[in-house]
Amino acid sequence: MTSLSTTPLLKTSLHAVHVASGARMVPFAGWEMPVEYTGIGNEHLAVRTRAGLFDVSHMGQIEIAGKDGLAAVQRISSNDASRLAVGQAHLSGLLTPEGTFLDDLLVYRMASSHFMLVVNASNVDKDFAWISEQIKPAGDAACVNSSSRYALIAVQGPAARDTLQPLTGVDLDGIQYYWFAHGEVASARAIISRTGYTGEDGYEIFVPPQNAERVWKALLDSGRAADVVACGLGARDTLRLEAAMRLYGNEMDETTTALEAGLGWIVGWDKPEFIGRDALVAQKAAGIERKLVGFEMVDRAIARHGYPVVLDGRPVGVVTSGTQTPFLKKAIGMAYVPLALTPLDTPLTIDVRGRTASARVVPLPFYKRSKQKS
Amino acid sequence: MSYPADLKYTKDHEWIRVTGDTAAIGVTDFAQRQLGDVVYLDLPDVGRAVTAGESFGSIESVKAVSDLFAPMSGEVIEVNDWLKSHPESVNTDPHGAWMIKVRVNVPDEASALLDVTQYESLLG
Repeated sequence: MTSLSTTPLLKTSLHAVHVASGARMVPFAGWEMPVEYTGIGNEHLAVRTRAGLFDVSHMGQIEIAGKDGLAAVQRISSNDASRLAVGQAHLSGLLTPEGTFLDDLLVYRMASSHFMLVVNASNVDKDFAWISEQIKPAGDAACVNSSSRYALIAVQGPAARDTLQPLTGVDLDGIQYYWFAHGEVASARAIISRTGYTGEDGYEIFVPPQNAERVWKALLDSGRAADVVACGLGARDTLRLEAAMRLYGNEMDETTTALEAGLGWIVGWDKPEFIGRDALVAQKAAGIERKLVGFEMVDRAIARHGYPVVLDGRPVGVVTSGTQTPFLKKAIGMAYVPLALTPLDTPLTIDVRGRTASARVVPLPFYKRSKQKS
Repeated sequence: MSYPADLKYTKDHEWIRVTGDTAAIGVTDFAQRQLGDVVYLDLPDVGRAVTAGESFGSIESVKAVSDLFAPMSGEVIEVNDWLKSHPESVNTDPHGAWMIKVRVNVPDEASALLDVTQYESLLG
């Protein structure tokens, strides 16, 4: 229950607010972050039924611009950025030449030749070094690590729109899913993005760090009548897992490919060239040998990250994420398994700390919100 | 939440209620707050021998799994099956939520347990 660290942890501009609110703080990816305020279960249910606020300022931002900015992004990012309009975003992969994940990222097209990449906190330095080097052949383009210029606040859940709308002149109904707009929130300059990592409708708001506290408090005030609550990274993880959103370090890493992760849709197959393309095309032609599946426990146990999936007493796969979900109230998870074990309802055996427990393959996602107005 | 004076405690944040040669065992309020929402308890069967300092089961929250350590050696004579199906009671009533009762066979081990004053000073 304790953790030792030799380097001081980074603090977001909302750190003091979290501590003052009684959040439980833990080290995460080099940052001291709130893991929970009132309990993961409460916060998870708040997001599914009302709305929750998340400080995700630890996420990194890397911007690429220049005459050949598009060519630079096209080279390092798996998805096809030429299909993005200005004001639109998509999920993509930063891949090795072997087609495996250095990171996953959101690519925002800020202007025709200006892109903002939102990357995982744990990977910012690695990504920035890689991108700086790899965009050189693309021509006239430069990249900047602009992570310290943004605080990032997510408001997620069915009440997200009505919580945010009173604080901004931007017409939120005019922002489609995976689009963004520039404007002000609580008088702070902001980029409002209709994205999220919870499986609910909602917004991610980029604001200058010096304004983050004002925006955070304004959102909490605005959401008070709807009982909108502050949430920690614990609920963010259980929410994204129910929605089967992949997490870097769990479902994706430098040993797994987009095809294996079921993320073929973030690959721009029509692009003539990008790092990792040849390997992915070859893997697609040859066929994958293992794939990410969803499972539900049959026995009373929770299968967690790293637990082996066994067959005839031998390890044949691995659990990437697993928990007891507060909304569905089931023990669920995702795992890489050989293709023979991927059909729905296939029984899986998982080694839970030396004891075997039964699970079965179920469809992903575990949770999908009912379609609302968009 | 205050810590009952009639319980003994361990540095692993378990409490023990010693009654004659029987020890009822649970986890403290501090432990449940560290764990967060408890969703699953893996407890031994009646009749199993447990050894002081060794794991007798596990407690799982949404976030993580932690071992439960036997504070005293002996034989499990009762298991709280009700608690296994209501694990959230560990969060709502930690000092009432006993998990197992052990018939202790090394009574001297009780002298190594902390009293409430010692436990509260451990928490700082």
